[in-house]
Amino acid sequence: MRYSVFSLIRNAFSGHTDWPAAWREPEPRAYYDTIIVGGGGHGLATAYYLAKEHGVTDLAVVEKGYLGSGNVGRNTTIIRSNYLMPANTGFYEWSLKLWEGLEQDFNFNAMVSQRGVLNLFHSDAQRDASARRGNAMRLNGVDAELLDREQVRRMVPLLDMENARFPVKGGLLQPRGGTVRHDAVAWGYARGADQRGVDLLQNCEVTGIRVQDGRVVGVETTRGFIGARRVGLACAGHSSHVAAMAGLRLPIETHVLQAFVSEGVKPVLDQVVTYGAGHFYISQSDKGGLVFGGDLDGYNSYAQRGNMPVVEEVMEMGLQLFPAFSRLRYVRQWGGVMDMSMDGSPIIDRTPIAGLYLNCGWCYGGFKATPASGWCFAWTIAKDEPHRLNAGFRLDRFATGHVIDEKGAGTTPNLH
Amino acid sequence: MRIPCPYCGERGNEEFLYLGSAVLERPAPDASAEAWVDYVHMRDNPRGPGAEFMQHVQGCRAWLIVRRDTLTHAILSVAPARAARGGGA
Ligand SMILES: Cc1cc2nc3c(=O)[nH]c(=O)nc-3n(C[C@H](O)[C@H](O)[C@H](O)COP(=O)(O)OP(=O)(O)OC[C@H]3O[C@@H](n4cnc5c(N)ncnc54)[C@H](O)[C@@H]3O)c2cc1C
Ligand SMILES: [Zn+2]
Repeated sequence: MRYSVFSLIRNAFSGHTDWPAAWREPEPRAYYDTIIVGGGGHGLATAYYLAKEHGVTDLAVVEKGYLGSGNVGRNTTIIRSNYLMPANTGFYEWSLKLWEGLEQDFNFNAMVSQRGVLNLFHSDAQRDASARRGNAMRLNGVDAELLDREQVRRMVPLLDMENARFPVKGGLLQPRGGTVRHDAVAWGYARGADQRGVDLLQNCEVTGIRVQDGRVVGVETTRGFIGARRVGLACAGHSSHVAAMAGLRLPIETHVLQAFVSEGVKPVLDQVVTYGAGHFYISQSDKGGLVFGGDLDGYNSYAQRGNMPVVEEVMEMGLQLFPAFSRLRYVRQWGGVMDMSMDGSPIIDRTPIAGLYLNCGWCYGGFKATPASGWCFAWTIAKDEPHRLNAGFRLDRFATGHVIDEKGAGTTPNLH
Repeated sequence: MRIPCPYCGERGNEEFLYLGSAVLERPAPDASAEAWVDYVHMRDNPRGPGAEFMQHVQGCRAWLIVRRDTLTHAILSVAPARAARGGGA
């Protein structure tokens, strides 16, 4: 069924009780041409583009929980393409372009909202760095505007511009950045893939990867062995131990990142705003809650929950920027486990095992990458070679010295 | 997460600096490039019990080896790094 204003009106007459399920719940078959492990944003997008762009429909997505139970439903929903390194700029800009046409493409309301992402700066040196980044973006055909103090003050009236230690000196704005309703991204891709014949297998955990003579032949799951000619891994924070099932050791550590939502209030914040003197980002959801987050907790974790010190730190940074929010109550808080790579950039590549492909290392910026990641991973699997856009995201770049380190932070996964 | 420092007693994890895996063996200076790539970039990334280096920077400043379960955040044991590694002064 196609969702439209007409289907909405038609279903209103039956009290919205006759909507068909958005996707089937099939039993696993014994064999698929291709299996994607991980029903998060990246896995579902990969399945969608494999079916849509490459005609691969003998395809299953294998998910250990329910679709979207991982990070795709846990992030703070920010999308942007304000990167500096050449390997990243083209890729993230392609992602933003896919976001711009996504809802029409997969016929689902993902509430893509290009409200602008404003990165504040607080010193002359930071202004120079922002100007440099903005120039690099514009040279690559990406939108960027350097705002002075007065422009920022007019745009975000609640900001405390006069913080004694870190006064706001201006900001770098990417007007096309913004937010997207994260669950709807998983659902939209899932529905689009299902409609093209892809089997979405939920509550089906991969427990082993079978390899024969250097070639993948299928996966062991909690619902039995499933054979396949090609297997793509898109397991986010679980990449290391799933790849280890095929004997691979990855340049990845798993870390926990927390997020927070306040009670709902009337519109007070129109953009995504980030703090340049700490790590803090905030936006207001359409329901009115302020959605915000900060740094990783800093230690390896698969626990999907964090600790108090980071909660306090995030709140402190938020109140430095927006003292008025001290009167708000925060109502929800959670954590997700991130696949932090050694240089802070992702991996979309083949592996030394024939027919086994890898998509991981998204750190805490992987939501914005979802469309391009799925698009490029689908290409890489279908053609058995990377697309130009993900050619830099190689698994062997750590050995060849071609690391992509936006921050220049070195091999410190907890600092990227 | 509270970490029992052998010298200072139980303290909040915000007092500790986190370095990471304590099972990596630094290769010899003239070891192969592969050995160095492995040491610098590749990780076991254990899901469950593992050993990590932490420094009690806001306390006694000792380097510690903390055995911790990454699935539950339970602290299994804490020992001074030097003793645990069998080193001397
Ligand atoms: C709190 C938080 C805030 C964030 N904020 C942002 C943001 O503002 N902007 C941004 O761009 N990014 C953000 N991110 C990062 C982003 O959410 C992730 O990088 C991205 O979602 C990861 O890709 P995914 O959607 O495929 O992951 P997931 O949704 O985690 O998908 C991986 C799936 O694999 C499944 N899986 C794992 N092991 C197995 C197995 N053995 N068998 C079968 N299935 C398995 C998991 O259950 C999971 O569903 C944030 C992350 C967090 C946690
Ligand atoms: Zn101590």
